[in-house]
Amino acid sequence: MNGNDKPMLQVRNLHASVAGNQILRGVNLTVNAGEVHAIMGPNGSGKSTLAHVLAGRPGYDVTQGEVLFRGQNLLAMAPEIRAREGVFLAFQYPVEIPGVSNIYFLKNAANAIRKHRGQQELDAMEFIQLTKEKARLVDLDEDLVRRPVNEGFSGGEKKRNEIFQMAILEPALAILDETDSGLDIDALRIVAAGVNALRSPERSMIVVTHYQRLLNYIVPDFLHVLVEGEIVREGGKELALELEERGYAWLEKEPPAPAVEPARVS
Amino acid sequence: MSAVVEERDLYRSDFESFERARAGDPAWVRTLRGDAIDRFAAIGFPSHRDEAWRSTNVAPIARVSFRRAAEEDSGASATALPRISGAPHPQLVFVNGRLATELSTVDGTSGLQLSGLRTALARDAAALEPHLGRVATDAAHPFTALNTAFLDDGAVVRIAPGAVIEAPIHVVFVSEPGGDPLVSHPRVLIVAGSGSQAVVVETYVGAPGLPAFTNAVTEIAAQAGAILDHYKVQREADTAFHVATIAVSQGRGSNITQHNLALGGALARTDINVLLAAEGAESVLNGLFVGSGTQLLDNHTLVDHASPHCTSRQLYKGILDGKSRGVFHGKVIVRPDAQKTDAVQTNRNLLLSREALVSSTPALEIRADDVKCRHGSTIGQLDPLALFYLRSRGIAEADARALLVYGFAADVTGRIRIPAIREGIEAFLGLRLPGAAGARELA
Repeated sequence: MNGNDKPMLQVRNLHASVAGNQILRGVNLTVNAGEVHAIMGPNGSGKSTLAHVLAGRPGYDVTQGEVLFRGQNLLAMAPEIRAREGVFLAFQYPVEIPGVSNIYFLKNAANAIRKHRGQQELDAMEFIQLTKEKARLVDLDEDLVRRPVNEGFSGGEKKRNEIFQMAILEPALAILDETDSGLDIDALRIVAAGVNALRSPERSMIVVTHYQRLLNYIVPDFLHVLVEGEIVREGGKELALELEERGYAWLEKEPPAPAVEPARVS
Repeated sequence: MSAVVEERDLYRSDFESFERARAGDPAWVRTLRGDAIDRFAAIGFPSHRDEAWRSTNVAPIARVSFRRAAEEDSGASATALPRISGAPHPQLVFVNGRLATELSTVDGTSGLQLSGLRTALARDAAALEPHLGRVATDAAHPFTALNTAFLDDGAVVRIAPGAVIEAPIHVVFVSEPGGDPLVSHPRVLIVAGSGSQAVVVETYVGAPGLPAFTNAVTEIAAQAGAILDHYKVQREADTAFHVATIAVSQGRGSNITQHNLALGGALARTDINVLLAAEGAESVLNGLFVGSGTQLLDNHTLVDHASPHCTSRQLYKGILDGKSRGVFHGKVIVRPDAQKTDAVQTNRNLLLSREALVSSTPALEIRADDVKCRHGSTIGQLDPLALFYLRSRGIAEADARALLVYGFAADVTGRIRIPAIREGIEAFLGLRLPGAAGARELA
């Protein structure tokens, strides 16, 4: 594949709006192959919007800036082309598709991607083998592989199904949108172990999360704090601990009206 | 309005010549026809003031001077015959309402009598008398009356008591447009003997051309303990008019599953009337109507719980694109004696375009007090987030849409137990993903 000498992802001055509301106000971010970047921020800071803009969700309009994926203009690609080129979004709220089995959906997705990459498409037997192997990675019940996509799945099962899909589709850039939300500690460990098993020098990840807890299990190389649509702070994994301790308020440009106790200034 | 009255007279005067030509038929058949033409003359074509026809304007049918298809219109068919199985199976093919013997295969399957209606009337009319015209008794339905008035050819399927017929029995009606607009009135009679088991498929197909009008009536008499799967697959041309009634009478402990798959026709109306006449009978109505362009697809069901301890399950799904219109009108009647009735009626509709329309009227009329009845109806559109979810996994937009439509229809198509029919429907729904037919091998 060409473009391997270029950074995996270059986000430059990205502005985006949803339903007329400006959400992203000039995001800059560079992710190299093999790196894991965490994006943290308070509710409404634009974390999920950034994730969805990168995956190409209709209605999420880029108003300014550019995004290069391995040197190519990502924003010019339809969502399915981004997926075939190697972008994967693990949804915060995976969608239920009644009447379509997980395995049938995934086989078509995997083969669309393989075809695009010039690889041999998998037949039914090969694909069943592959799902067995990958389902073990996130301890996903085989029954769930055959059931309609996400229908009747628990919250944890849906999140595991997202990582299972990621394992099957083998993206170059995986974006995990609040994959930890709603997970108990056991489920979180399983999901994180699955994600860690997929880390490789060729694969980059962007982990979007509100809480530092996930980053104990998926340890990032870099951390960015997004507040009101801009990255206001960057650092290593130790920044997460600081955020855990101090919250986000100290990073906000206009802190909320003082509560009963005045803001502590160190 | 005057034009419609003239058309009524036209059918009437055609009846006189038809009746003269069929003067040799048994007296009871001629009485059946005579009563029916009188009924049709009295009712005429329905208008929007008739409750049962409120959503469907039949003026496009009433204003065409159709000519009744004659012998010379029933030559070889240019339409490719639909197949329901690669293995040999009993099959009757009708072209413009007339049996085409050279296209039909009536082997000596034990326990099955399969013949053309004309043949059956000539050979053993007495055997038909207790059933023919005794199941489709809706006196208010003008098209049923018209079919009975012109009752001539069609299929007779008789399954002997206790017989289990393994191969599906296929009855194909091909509508070949001629130099004039043609009408045919095919009649099907199915008598499922007590404790018998069989699968009967009626397929309606046709080539586009001048408007052709198929006005069909199927009567199904299921005796005690009979098990019957009945399919009606309607894939006529988009220039065709299609009106059909399927009347079912179920004996004690009988079990009928009726699949109504309405895909074709400019205007296609199907009435399904089920009488649960004796205790313990079970009826499953499984329906799918898929419209596009300017099609009008109308489905009326009536399930009459006339006896205690009967079960009925109705699932109808509509998928409408373009400027098409769909109608589901379903009624369940629970008679005063029909205690322990268990009835469920569900209609779900998917609109794929802004201009598509659907009218859904589920109705329950309950006159017993110890019953379990539910009904529900929904109308929705494709979920944009579901579409994005599929695309975000690499699936092209058109395939993603087809996959969602397929998923919407899956609980109806999943009940279709004849693979060729199920795959035909899936292909029709636009599912062109590789390995669509292989969805099941992954299951």
